[in-house]
Amino acid sequence: MALLSLDNVSVTIGRLHPLDGISFDLDRKEILGIVGESGSGKSLTALSVMGLLPLIGGKVTKGAIVFDGIDLVSLPETDYRRLRGKRIALISQNPMTSLDPIIRIGAQIDQVSQLHLGLSAVAAQARSIELMQQLRIPDAATIHGNYPHQLSGGMKQRMVIAMALAADPDLIIADEPTTALDVTIQAQIIQIMVDLVRERGLALMLITHDMGVVAQACDRVVVLYAGRVAEQAGVADIFATPKHPYTRELIRCIPRHGQAPGSLKGIPGTVPSVMDYPSGCRFHPRCAHAQAICGTEVPLLEQKTSGRAACHLTEVLAHG
Amino acid sequence: MLGYIIKRLLQLIPVFIVVSMIIFSIIHLVPGDPIDSMMQIGSTPEQRAELTARYGLDKPLPVQYGIWLAKMLRGDLGEAIILRQPVTALIAQNLPHSLLLGVLALAFSTIVGIVAGALAAVFKDSWIDRSVMTLILLGSTVPSFWLGLLLILLFAVQLGWFPVSGARTWSALVLPVLAIGLGGIALVARVTRVAMLDIARRDFVMMLHAKGLSRWRIQFGHILRHALLPVVTILSLRIGWILGGAVTIEYVFARPGLGSLLITSLNQRDYPVVQGCLLMLAIAVMLGTLIGDLVQAAMDPRVRDSST
Repeated sequence: MALLSLDNVSVTIGRLHPLDGISFDLDRKEILGIVGESGSGKSLTALSVMGLLPLIGGKVTKGAIVFDGIDLVSLPETDYRRLRGKRIALISQNPMTSLDPIIRIGAQIDQVSQLHLGLSAVAAQARSIELMQQLRIPDAATIHGNYPHQLSGGMKQRMVIAMALAADPDLIIADEPTTALDVTIQAQIIQIMVDLVRERGLALMLITHDMGVVAQACDRVVVLYAGRVAEQAGVADIFATPKHPYTRELIRCIPRHGQAPGSLKGIPGTVPSVMDYPSGCRFHPRCAHAQAICGTEVPLLEQKTSGRAACHLTEVLAHG
Repeated sequence: MLGYIIKRLLQLIPVFIVVSMIIFSIIHLVPGDPIDSMMQIGSTPEQRAELTARYGLDKPLPVQYGIWLAKMLRGDLGEAIILRQPVTALIAQNLPHSLLLGVLALAFSTIVGIVAGALAAVFKDSWIDRSVMTLILLGSTVPSFWLGLLLILLFAVQLGWFPVSGARTWSALVLPVLAIGLGGIALVARVTRVAMLDIARRDFVMMLHAKGLSRWRIQFGHILRHALLPVVTILSLRIGWILGGAVTIEYVFARPGLGSLLITSLNQRDYPVVQGCLLMLAIAVMLGTLIGDLVQAAMDPRVRDSST
């Protein structure tokens, strides 16, 4: 059985329904990429698994989220708290703003192992410094006593990773962990996370809008579009034979070496607003192949030769 | 941190000089002089000139300022013209009353204000929040002197729990502290509440939840700590305000104090006393700001690092 399994999960925030029937599995030692443009529901998926939707006034209204046999949707908050940080950890999008600015970095990492592993302050500090050294942080003991504003962005993100690892979790959810960093640092941070999965055998949900990161790190990919799963497949299949027109467009947008100047591509149109999702297939207004059925019938996420795609026209397109 | 303190103290010197100039000159802008109130009916112009000369009031203003400043730096604020006592002695008699009232009112409004504001923020939109906010609205709109009068009517005249006026017993402090402090509670509670709600939306708070910390620990161990930074700023501005702003309250409760002394001396154009009192208030404001900045630097490493 998969470590984490989402089955037909829908989320509402007030009168909005930003997630609609999301399903995917994630196993130990696996890196699952969650891909999509801004507003496709990537971060909400992360919050749903973390049980933090109430903070933004949302809730899971349908479907099941099962983590290691535990039904998370009906889990009481006190039990959820013992899971968060302990077995499921979050690495957030912006390391600049995700550390408490007036508390020493080390103390923020210590906090996790003190809380979840019951370590003493001294033991927690020793553990944090060891973790920092494993993440190749130079002079870890000094940096342990620094404040967040005294470190660079890349260093801060390593601290956030150390914080996520502090209680030895089974699952890490990384929400665009490199978006706010310099390109040179991005590759390092991704490599650190890939290594962690291989060495510690944990599961990683890697949320990104960067297909390059997906190619570099992920085993499997879930492509989200406007709150629904458009396609999911192994990373090799996604790049070799994308089934969904949206996935094709995403891959077509990746800048290539030697590409003529001024020929960068985008997908025409914009992601629809959650307040005004189109009927039928939500991608149909932007899809070059759209036909009458696409505007009326919601395509189901069907098993294809490799992976699954939610498109009425996959068979047609595969031969076209 | 020591370097920061020294730097902040040095910065106060030019401020102090400018403030002393303003204090010295502003009183001379008021029409009339103390000699007027000392002269008896039928005094001759010669007598008047002699008196003027005796107090040095015939010299040009810059010279008078120089003399005043030089004496002040030696701790001599001159002699009260009407009250015929050293100004330092008058201040020494009155300042403790004002300080005691001010410190108690400040402590009362700070503690109650922070607790009320924090509860309102934690239980946002509940009945607790609504009652705190209603009381805040009342507290910030009712003028303190009027509140003082109401408190006297109810608790001193009707119920007889506290003395109507004076400063002879500790119980005489209760009503004035309430009158000054209630307005302060409103201010502190509002700043605390708004700051906590604002900070609760920051990314790092989401991360604290993701780490599995309890709601209470996040609210009081992290969010409130941040919210206290703007509260400290407000309080440091209020230290001077409370000493000076207690003027009307001292008057309403007929208490001795810097405020009462200032009003009396101002009416009599007793320049040295007015200058001395204003100087004390200015020093209180400067010290208040300094203390506020130091507390802030102690609480926030970013402030320390950006200003040393």
